Amino acid sequence: MTMDLRELYQDIILDHGRHPRNFHGMAEPTNFANGHNPLCGDKVTVYLKLEGDQIADVSFEGRGCAISTASASLMTEILKGKTLKQAEALFKSFHAKVTGGDPVAPPPELVDDAERLEPLTGVKTYPARVKCATLAWHAFEAAVKTGALGATVKTE
Amino acid sequence: MSLVSPLRSLASGGLDVRRIRRDFPIFGRNPGLVFLDTAASAQKPKPVIDGVAEFYRTDYANVHRGVYRLSAASTDQYEKARESVRRFINAAHADEIVFVRGTTEGINLVAYSWGAKFLQAGDEIVLSELEHHSNIVPWQLLRDRIGFKILAAPIDAGGGIDLAAFERLLTPRTKLVAITHISNVTGHVVPVDAVIRLAHARGAKVLLDGAQAAPRLPVDVQALDADFYVFSGHKAYGPTGIGVLYGKSALLKEMPPWQGGGSMISTVSFERTTYLEPPHRFEAGTPDISGAIGLGFALDYIEGLGREAIRDHEDALTGYAMGRLSTLPGVTVLGGGQRQLGVLSFIIDGIHPHDVGTVLDQNNVAVRAGHHCAQPLMDRLGIAGTTRASFGVYNDESDVDALVAAIKAAQEMFGA
Repeated sequence: MTMDLRELYQDIILDHGRHPRNFHGMAEPTNFANGHNPLCGDKVTVYLKLEGDQIADVSFEGRGCAISTASASLMTEILKGKTLKQAEALFKSFHAKVTGGDPVAPPPELVDDAERLEPLTGVKTYPARVKCATLAWHAFEAAVKTGALGATVKTE
Repeated sequence: MSLVSPLRSLASGGLDVRRIRRDFPIFGRNPGLVFLDTAASAQKPKPVIDGVAEFYRTDYANVHRGVYRLSAASTDQYEKARESVRRFINAAHADEIVFVRGTTEGINLVAYSWGAKFLQAGDEIVLSELEHHSNIVPWQLLRDRIGFKILAAPIDAGGGIDLAAFERLLTPRTKLVAITHISNVTGHVVPVDAVIRLAHARGAKVLLDGAQAAPRLPVDVQALDADFYVFSGHKAYGPTGIGVLYGKSALLKEMPPWQGGGSMISTVSFERTTYLEPPHRFEAGTPDISGAIGLGFALDYIEGLGREAIRDHEDALTGYAMGRLSTLPGVTVLGGGQRQLGVLSFIIDGIHPHDVGTVLDQNNVAVRAGHHCAQPLMDRLGIAGTTRASFGVYNDESDVDALVAAIKAAQEMFGA
């Protein structure tokens, strides 16, 4: 196995890919949305329970590759208990990292959380896989925006 | 990777793969490349690359226009390519060969021209569960305008077309059967002789999607009695952007133009325009001249290797790959019933096809992963996607062995 590949598939990714956390539906979510990558057919549904500005609970369901499953799993772990504003800041900094855009520093109180997402940023050298890492986050964003309508967001 | 297989002489099927690989510069520029994605697009041999460049250097001008020498030379080569295509599929006349952009455009042309004229509300057309999106969506677009019904012939437990179930779908309302010749996902060879016989017995026309079959099997449209046959140049070792629609002369003559412009008219006034006869009626505007000429070179190259020899080669290599993959624990090859040729799809327990594709790529093995533009088939099989390996004239058992080694590496990595 080459070193490059181990940078993409770090142990934490393989672990979350195989044993995703918060991997279930949700009774009466306040918000939910579907993420769909038409390129590969991967689908993820992200459920939220918002209390005011606070993410009281978040879970996901769907099918996807190790990267997209691990990304969704880590996202749910990290976002639980955060405010929407903090979630937005985390996504911005994560998105910039995986797409190779201008770096966006996370707010000081979120530095540890941003670091937990670091293993996923290996995708930046695999252009075909960047969307795998961002799919769940796009679905999260759509869920926040559209509430309990269950919108579908596509990566393309 | 110098595993010498006892099946080598069998699988080479008369093709000298080592020599053939020297005809394809891509392998010289990418040492160690294990290219198993010919079903998506084939690599190009020197006679195509050099032939197109030489044409631009020597004989290039627009076709069917100029009275000068160069235009005549260009036109001559363009029409010579049409003759190469005619010979390649044994059409009765070169006038039955329409140059299009590819299989997709060929099917769209038939839908927009023949379909719009001859299909009506209450009619039915029969596709199959094996179809590529390009043989589904054009018909849906037309159905939404006209209101006919689309039926899909089911596959059987082995993944091939269920002929008995297909026959039951045919009724006096069936006007068209549009079906693939070889599945782009599983490589299943559809028994098109039987399909055509059954369809014609009900008076239905038949369109065959030959995108995968044309480069792999000897194709004789007259012996098949196919009404329409479409294929792409780029999967047949030719350039991208060029493809072929074959239509029986009597059918093409009845079909209205689908695009208007130069090159397809006889006379034009603001009151009335008359059109040229086929095939020019369907080739509006300056065509892909160098593409057509390159396709001609590609087909000549294939015929030089021998159509039967290529078929036997793909047959043997597919059999070898099936044999090796099916002995791997945790690997399931789709199919196993009817004949499969040149293309195979597999699933690895616990590893998503895209992860497989990435690991294989790191091992220099190029495959396709995903739904292969055949989402209805994926839904029918209850899977999200597959990993697909497909073969060309430049592949041999060492490529399959490399694939097997890479699959084992993926399994090791994912602990599957």
